[in-house]
Amino acid sequence: MIQAGFETGLLLAQAPFPEAMGAATLNHYLFVSAAMFALGLIGFMTRRNLIIMFLCTELMFQAAGLAMIAFGRYHMNFDGQTFVIFVLTIAAAEAAMALALVVLLFRKRESLDADLWAELKG
Amino acid sequence: MTGAILDTAFAAAFALAEPAADAAHGAATHAGDHGAGHGGMSGGALMALIPLLPLFAAALVGLLACFNEKSKLPAYASVGILGVSFLLTLITYLGWDGHSVIRVGLWDWISLSWGDGVGESLTANFAFYFDGLSLLWMLFVTGLATLIGLYASEYMSHDVGLGYCRFFGAFNLFVFSMSCLVMGDNLLMLFLGWEGVGLCSYLLIGYYYKKKAAVDAGMKAFVVNRIGDLGLLIGTLLTFTTFGSVEYASLFESINANTTATGAPLDATWQVWAIPLLLMAGAFGKSAQLFFYVWLPDAMEGPTPVSALIHAATMVTAGVYLVARMMPLYVADSHLIALTVVTWGGAITAFWAATIAMAQYDIKRIMGYSTISQLGYMFAGLGVLATTGGVFHVFTHAFFKATLFLSCGAVMHGFAGQLDLRKLSGLWKVPGFQIVTIAMLIGCLNLAGFPLTAGYFSKDMILAEAFTTPDSQIGASSWAGWLMLLTAGLTAYYTFRVFFRVFVGPVEYHAGDEDHGGDHEVDAEAAAAIDESHEDDAAHGHHGFHPHAPGWAMNLVLVVLAGASILAAGLYFVGDHHGWAGGMVHGSATYFDPAHVGDHAAAVIGEAGESADDHAAHAHGTILGMDPHKVMYYISGVVGFVGIGIAFVLHFAGRTEAATSKADALARAIEPVHRWAEGKWFVDEFYNFIIVTPLKVISHLFHWFDKLVIDGIVELFGGAPKVGSDTLAPASQTGVLHDYALRMIAGVAVVLVVVALVLY
Repeated sequence: MIQAGFETGLLLAQAPFPEAMGAATLNHYLFVSAAMFALGLIGFMTRRNLIIMFLCTELMFQAAGLAMIAFGRYHMNFDGQTFVIFVLTIAAAEAAMALALVVLLFRKRESLDADLWAELKG
Repeated sequence: MTGAILDTAFAAAFALAEPAADAAHGAATHAGDHGAGHGGMSGGALMALIPLLPLFAAALVGLLACFNEKSKLPAYASVGILGVSFLLTLITYLGWDGHSVIRVGLWDWISLSWGDGVGESLTANFAFYFDGLSLLWMLFVTGLATLIGLYASEYMSHDVGLGYCRFFGAFNLFVFSMSCLVMGDNLLMLFLGWEGVGLCSYLLIGYYYKKKAAVDAGMKAFVVNRIGDLGLLIGTLLTFTTFGSVEYASLFESINANTTATGAPLDATWQVWAIPLLLMAGAFGKSAQLFFYVWLPDAMEGPTPVSALIHAATMVTAGVYLVARMMPLYVADSHLIALTVVTWGGAITAFWAATIAMAQYDIKRIMGYSTISQLGYMFAGLGVLATTGGVFHVFTHAFFKATLFLSCGAVMHGFAGQLDLRKLSGLWKVPGFQIVTIAMLIGCLNLAGFPLTAGYFSKDMILAEAFTTPDSQIGASSWAGWLMLLTAGLTAYYTFRVFFRVFVGPVEYHAGDEDHGGDHEVDAEAAAAIDESHEDDAAHGHHGFHPHAPGWAMNLVLVVLAGASILAAGLYFVGDHHGWAGGMVHGSATYFDPAHVGDHAAAVIGEAGESADDHAAHAHGTILGMDPHKVMYYISGVVGFVGIGIAFVLHFAGRTEAATSKADALARAIEPVHRWAEGKWFVDEFYNFIIVTPLKVISHLFHWFDKLVIDGIVELFGGAPKVGSDTLAPASQTGVLHDYALRMIAGVAVVLVVVALVLY
């Protein structure tokens, strides 16, 4: 049972840490997901380029999606996958709008620097 | 039996002589005449084609529009198909036995049932109901549509192309809708046709959609009709709840048996007067009577053939048809409340519209007001129990008013849209306008009630009956008679005012403002002839404009219609029920015996017996102590002559220029009255003031409520946090994106730490 392969669909299910390397478990996926999310967050916080910031938010999106799929697999149901399909669909629409906004912002200031925009300053 | 027939598909449509509906005639009249078998398979199918052919023509014209047809083909195809429709109506009429009701079922339209009790099922099938009344209407609807379609083929020729297709598409659709209205087997079919003709009227009034006045007029017609239609709709629903049916056959059966769906006697219910009044509201809306008439004069913005067919001859008589069709219900009320309202509504409208017509200068508007006035006569005729007179007047009026409108249209067509009678004079002498003048004269004589014309006979039937009907039936009906007699004089005056100013007298004309430049076959020779013969008139200024004489199609139609207007008089002497129209009414399901109606019904039956044709049974009123039927011919003839004579003196005798006449001096002498009449008694302004303006004010109020209160609440939810942060922590609002992101992350981190502490 411990050695059950990924192909059998049982590997992630209720499996403790594997004793041998080479088999991916829930924690592996969560670790990758967390790493992606952290990279996205750090990128978002440190960069000033609007397009790079937008890419970083997409990275965080996909990290969350990966975690959901992994959890879905872990619980042996399709909820996670279903949810991610929705997220991807909406992210596609949102990406189209966000990029259009970036283009508009660029046209106004001829720059992609996010710090040029501070209209909310109280 | 009926149900089985109505279930048959269209392919197997057939007719039957409906014995049950004969009950509507009063059993005594045609007892034993039932089941005179006729019709049969082919007859029914042919009758079904009468409305379906115009529908097919409308579809065909639409198809031609898709192919961007640029010839007169849509017109000729329409005229041909409408002509076939007319011939089928004629065949149906000739094959009709004079009293039966023929019902033709096409397909199930509405057939519902939600229980077994009375009033728990609704049947309104796509079926047709032929009796004298619907046949009479269909004869002139299809006949006039064919003729006016031919006229329009030339009149609309400057729009050949998409506009032409649009015109004839709506034209054919109108004939289909009107057929549904008239031939429908139930009130819902009538309503379907009623709304259909309203739509087509709207489309055709607004035909010149780039002209604001035309678009506004279409809108006005539609909106004003909606108000009346509400009455018709409620009346129809109330009919259903009262009788448990909307089919004429079973309705008339219930009414004649004086029962309702609950079994209560009909004449003791409130519905017996409420339903007729509600239906009357619909009829007054469609037929432009009191309170509702304001849309019809504006509807003259449409092309003239439309004014002739829809807004003079056919659609506006739909209200008269509705009242005539439902006559058994109107006379079921022993107090005749609704009919009294119909009488006075009609008589007052007739007078009111005539006073306005006297002071207008636009000859087409004058004809529009005269239509309102004549429709008033028809309603008054129905009201005073002279169904025959009212219906005969519908028939004769259809022909002579179409003649008048088409003559005006020929003038409008020839003089670039000029309709002002102050700017046209002596058209009789303009080459090519002789036929128009003669047709106009015949139409005017009919409208003025000149002795021995069709209009004279049909109007006199109404007038005589108004004096004959006792006050116990219709309150003060003889006063309505006097009012209508006075109106007859006014009618003769304003009719011949147009004729004397526009068609005779010195030659003078000014072109209208319609651009007819590059407009086809201007008759160069005729134009040259005018210039030669009127060189000495140069002072009158023709501005190089050449009138455009009507071509063969318009002239032909004018000749046929003028001839029909004359011949219609002969119908008065046909048959033994007060003329041909009387025979048709007598042979319809709506026939009733006037003497047996109202408060005196019982007494009259008691003393004079049952015969419908026995005039001794009629409780006669008198006029100046004499029998109205005998003296009315002389009185109304004299009134007509007086009206024409005044018009002659004021507008013809000694007139040297188009614009000057003795009447203009007289108008200045009575300036306030004249100004008010010319301003149409400012009814439009009054309606604007009491209805349109308050609505606008209210809509502005609602607009500001929406903007300030509703939007304000929404803005509050967004504004409050901003105000809060601005006052509590102004330094935190840096406006820099990363500051906000950082604080959000910090917030999430705090939440995570708290959760972790709580969980572990």
